[in-house]
Amino acid sequence: MANEIAVKNFYNQSTNKHTGILSWLLTKDHKRIGLMYMMAIMTFFVVGMLIGILMRLELIAPGRTIMSAQTYNSLFTLHGVIMIFLFIIPGLPAIFGNFFLPIQIGAEDVAFPRLNLLSWYVYIVGAILVIVSLFLPGGPIDTGWTFYIPYSVRSSTNISLALFAAFVLGFSSILTGINFITTVHRLRAPGMGFFKMPLFVWATYATAWIQVIATPVIAITILLVIIERAFGVGIFDPALGGDPILFQHLFWIYSHPAVYIMILPAMGVVSEIIPTFSRRTIFGYKQIAYSSLAIAFIGYLVWAHHMFSSGMSDTARWIFSLLTFIVALPSGVKIFNWVATMYKGSIDPKPPFLWVMNFIFLFSIGGLTGLVLGSLATDIHLTDTYFVVAHFHYVMFGGTGTIFFAALHYWFPKMFGRMYNMKFARIAVVLYFIGFNMLYFPKFIMGYMGMPRRYYDYLPQFESLQRISTFGSWILVGTIFFIFGYLFHALRKGKKATSNPWGGVTLEWHIPSPPPLENFEKIPTITHEPYDFSQLKEMKDE
Amino acid sequence: MSNHTDTVTHPVHRDDVGAKMGMWLFLFTEVLLFGGMFLVYAVYRYQYPDQFHIAAMELNTTMGTLNTIILLTSSLTVALSIAALQKGNKFLSLCFLSLTLLFALMFMVIKYFEWTTKISHGIYPGSPELLTKPNGQILFFGLYYIMTGLHGLHVLVGMVVISFMIVFIARDKVTSDNYVKLENSGLYWHLVDLIWIFLFPLFYLIQ
Repeated sequence: MANEIAVKNFYNQSTNKHTGILSWLLTKDHKRIGLMYMMAIMTFFVVGMLIGILMRLELIAPGRTIMSAQTYNSLFTLHGVIMIFLFIIPGLPAIFGNFFLPIQIGAEDVAFPRLNLLSWYVYIVGAILVIVSLFLPGGPIDTGWTFYIPYSVRSSTNISLALFAAFVLGFSSILTGINFITTVHRLRAPGMGFFKMPLFVWATYATAWIQVIATPVIAITILLVIIERAFGVGIFDPALGGDPILFQHLFWIYSHPAVYIMILPAMGVVSEIIPTFSRRTIFGYKQIAYSSLAIAFIGYLVWAHHMFSSGMSDTARWIFSLLTFIVALPSGVKIFNWVATMYKGSIDPKPPFLWVMNFIFLFSIGGLTGLVLGSLATDIHLTDTYFVVAHFHYVMFGGTGTIFFAALHYWFPKMFGRMYNMKFARIAVVLYFIGFNMLYFPKFIMGYMGMPRRYYDYLPQFESLQRISTFGSWILVGTIFFIFGYLFHALRKGKKATSNPWGGVTLEWHIPSPPPLENFEKIPTITHEPYDFSQLKEMKDE
Repeated sequence: MSNHTDTVTHPVHRDDVGAKMGMWLFLFTEVLLFGGMFLVYAVYRYQYPDQFHIAAMELNTTMGTLNTIILLTSSLTVALSIAALQKGNKFLSLCFLSLTLLFALMFMVIKYFEWTTKISHGIYPGSPELLTKPNGQILFFGLYYIMTGLHGLHVLVGMVVISFMIVFIARDKVTSDNYVKLENSGLYWHLVDLIWIFLFPLFYLIQ
């Protein structure tokens, strides 16, 4: 790239006097920090994925195939901890939120750039602690990512360290949340009222609030478990008057809103991609914005639907069941608005748009099966079966994971200034769809037939479905490596991207690809609605 | 590409309102952190009202009251320190801050004596003495140690923060026209004080 220095961008401009790796490690630039998050988070995603494929390989035949039962217990715990705390919670907000939130509101950077860098370091420390807990004497954790009492107090594995790692990661999440809320309130460009913000900003803003409000509750819960392990106070020990169910309540008060931390930014990305590729303003802008806030709020009051079979009063159970159904409404509002946006639009099925179609299909299956689990009678039958596993992977991987790839394909030209191979990208979407459904759909059927989750072995009647699922995992993982392959190739050899390859109109498409260090030559004044495509013509003249 | 890295110096971006907004959000997370503990307390107090009552009699109300007065006064001194700096009186501001630090230290010393007395009486989590008591009392003392311990940790953090502020003011990093750091530290200290105001009646005054 030595000849291309003429154009200034954030790769060849630095906020500090250092060069090379130090100019990255000490940077205060939100774009560089976003890319540093990307490196770390994608590394852990690959690790989590490889653990997943090992588990699937073990399940290809009944009985022992490649590992012991104890190893299997550790692997599903690690798969959960890594995928949830290290990939999917920070995934969209920390990478794409960091990179694009300031640009989309017309700001130079986030409100607290140094704090932003600090949260990256805190994330890395948390991640290192997770890794260290695997190798210390005591052995890798084996409780499942939910750390349920009493086993998490009794297990002799390195639970305390792993919990402390989750505590540290929570800190990183809180700091990012505080930063984004303040940024949105203080740094919007002149003319950018709250209802002129792109919907990705709205979604990230709602997410930031959940991060700030929910994470402290898991922090104190984690501390209590560590204290229990160290001192045996008895808060959760029935022999000393404590209540183990109380742990589940505290745990889910955070961990249920946490699934909205995972999905809301994804919904924001969808609301960006659909108008761009339909050349049409979003249908029901305010409803989508408000529904993000509604999800953030109602999502708080549904936690006990994870505990229908744990022992609760009937009144509590039906109230939580009702609230669970209500939280499906704002999600439905979004889906209908997205589809209505496409209606009579001039649709351009480029790869990011196809990824979003993938998302709508997979997420709808995930959402509808969520209702099956949200109603009391069916839940009793399906609790702790593969049905739950399938539902969870359809909403989280089919939802947020798919959108992670959509966002990657949508913003890749802007972040790296290169185009990838469109044909490969289209093939990848199809393969991903096939692999994903082969891997997870059989789990609905197995769960309905009574296959419990987290089991190392299974009865002969599940063998063919388990095998289909394992084959699916190979297709899916192969596809993901294929995606990384062509994107990596595009980084070095791809065609140079123009400033607006897709014809988007939000602010990031007004500036060069990759963006200059200070994003804008001068802070823009906003006059248009966020998805007003009549600007496209004047943008071409610029 | 790193060989040709340009350095761009941002114009110093200063936003005091934003800084305070960030601090308030952080305090909000602190309230929720303790909120989790207050929730646990509420559950067990509701379950074992009589035994909480009996166990609370073991706590030394005099020491608790003394600590409340000390902490409230320290909140006053930190507020006075901000006012002094705003008026440009650096010396007075430093005096009040040092006084705050002194009060914080006194609070911790009294707390230390309270805890060691309890421990010497054999009341600490998992002790044979405590395990002979009924469940409600075991939980009361468990919560007492966890909640006052967590609060004590916050007092220690506050002391570190205030020490930094003393250094910053002495070196003119925090001045009469750039004092948002001191204000934020003051906000944090008030929160530590406020949490104690709830802890004190919940543990010492329910006899």
